[in-house]
Amino acid sequence: MKKSSLTLKLINAPYMIWAVLFIIAPLIMVIYYAFTDRSGAFTLDNIKALSSYGAIFGRSAWYALLATVICLFLAYPLAYIMAKSRASTQRTIMMLIMLPMWMNFLIRTYSWITILSNTGLINSLLKAVGLPTAQLINTPGAVILGMVYNFLPYMVLPIYSVMSKLDKSLVEAAQDLGAGKLQVLRKVIMPLSMPGVISGITMVFVPSVSTFYISQKLGGGKFLLIGDSIEMQFQSAYNYNLGASLSLVLMLLIIVCMLIMNRFADNEEGAMII
Amino acid sequence: MKALKKIYIALIMIFLYAPMLVMVVFSFNASNSTSVMSGFSLKWYVEMFRNATALTALRNTLVLAVTSALISIVIGTAAAVGINSMKKRWLRSAVMTVTNVPMMNPEIVTGVSMMLLFVFVGKIVSSSSVLGFPTLLIAHVTFNLPYVILSVLPKLRQTDRHLSEAAQDLGCTPASAFFKVVLPNIKSGIITGFIMAFTLSLDDFIISYFVSGAKFQTLPIVIFSMTKKKVKPDMYALSTLIFVSVLVLMILMNVLQARSEKKERKRAKGSEG
Repeated sequence: MKKSSLTLKLINAPYMIWAVLFIIAPLIMVIYYAFTDRSGAFTLDNIKALSSYGAIFGRSAWYALLATVICLFLAYPLAYIMAKSRASTQRTIMMLIMLPMWMNFLIRTYSWITILSNTGLINSLLKAVGLPTAQLINTPGAVILGMVYNFLPYMVLPIYSVMSKLDKSLVEAAQDLGAGKLQVLRKVIMPLSMPGVISGITMVFVPSVSTFYISQKLGGGKFLLIGDSIEMQFQSAYNYNLGASLSLVLMLLIIVCMLIMNRFADNEEGAMII
Repeated sequence: MKALKKIYIALIMIFLYAPMLVMVVFSFNASNSTSVMSGFSLKWYVEMFRNATALTALRNTLVLAVTSALISIVIGTAAAVGINSMKKRWLRSAVMTVTNVPMMNPEIVTGVSMMLLFVFVGKIVSSSSVLGFPTLLIAHVTFNLPYVILSVLPKLRQTDRHLSEAAQDLGCTPASAFFKVVLPNIKSGIITGFIMAFTLSLDDFIISYFVSGAKFQTLPIVIFSMTKKKVKPDMYALSTLIFVSVLVLMILMNVLQARSEKKERKRAKGSEG
């Protein structure tokens, strides 16, 4: 018995070492860089510099929130329809939703420029039927559209997987007790599908709030998000210390959001979401 | 009501597939524009095979995806076995929390934090930049690991703990008990983990962008630097080819799955009768 428990400890060792070196140490590095200057001396300048980024943080959170809400309203009915259809239909729709995710997201996002630009497909169509053209690309709307487009599957999948496992007898019981279709949806299906909704919300919000490519391409660099500011510090301004303090705040922002979300969800794996 | 459902699904599909359709159509464009169609041509497909940067990057991407997925399933499976047998609840929960960090953190923060670590260590070790294949590999294994662990753990929980003990009572060493009894039971979880790790690694841009150097570039990074300028349709051609291969693979997997389900149903019917 003693021997096997020793092997079990040894079998875990590579991962433990890996996690300390490449999960925990990098996070410590972020904190270290955020509180030091170029020479490595302690400073609070990087934290003080954050005050000029308030508007960018606000914009990122606002756009990400809008994208998340739109995703939720698009995905929920879709997941509901899917869960109620035949097994083969479910599998086909599922495949159709997953398929675009296998395509490089940079190219997929770039393709939207062809559709939205001033001489693009939509505006050509408008012109052809004699309607005035509209400015679509390089607007906040285009950035949010890019977020919804890229992250919609992350909302559909968790909601669908919860709904498809729902105990059908609960729905039948509610119907037997006289509940109408809408009542069943509101009182049985919606509460029971909450875990899927919650994980969908985090899976859309986190990449939306931290994106930089979507805002660069579809916003034309006019609507900087927090991801853009971080990318700039690391890839063109080379101020790692300021970049680290921006990342630290982004990370804290997300942890706070998740703690709030966790209050709504009673998840059994205590460690699943922090 | 039924028609309404169909329209709704159709609209979502149009939204999801419009940009892909644009990409496929313009990959056959005769001119080098990605906004005006001026005739059908296959020249961008020919051009693509002459684009040495893109082809090298494609090879690099595949090498990186296979190596990182292989390393991830070895470390990840071992970790899952270790975590599954942990008796102390707090320790287990602490390890799971750390495991979830790369999954919950925004990718840009994961990328930046690893870059800072590599830069910090690099400054101590050498004067030139350390960013390259090794740092990419480390980063990819790190973000793959949680997915492998989370796909192997449930399979381990389903496996009867006594089976391995019984094998050891019958004279197996713990190692051979693992390979002969436990491994066959968790094989499907490991395969799922491998496929997930492989595709995540194949598609990753954000983390790779921060930890890669000029010497070793993956396809997403090359695509990113190309989309900084005006994209030529050869990128669309390459993406179309990758998309078609994935499509074929997915359809094949779907057909196989449907067939095995049918077989199972038949077998179930047979045993009933």
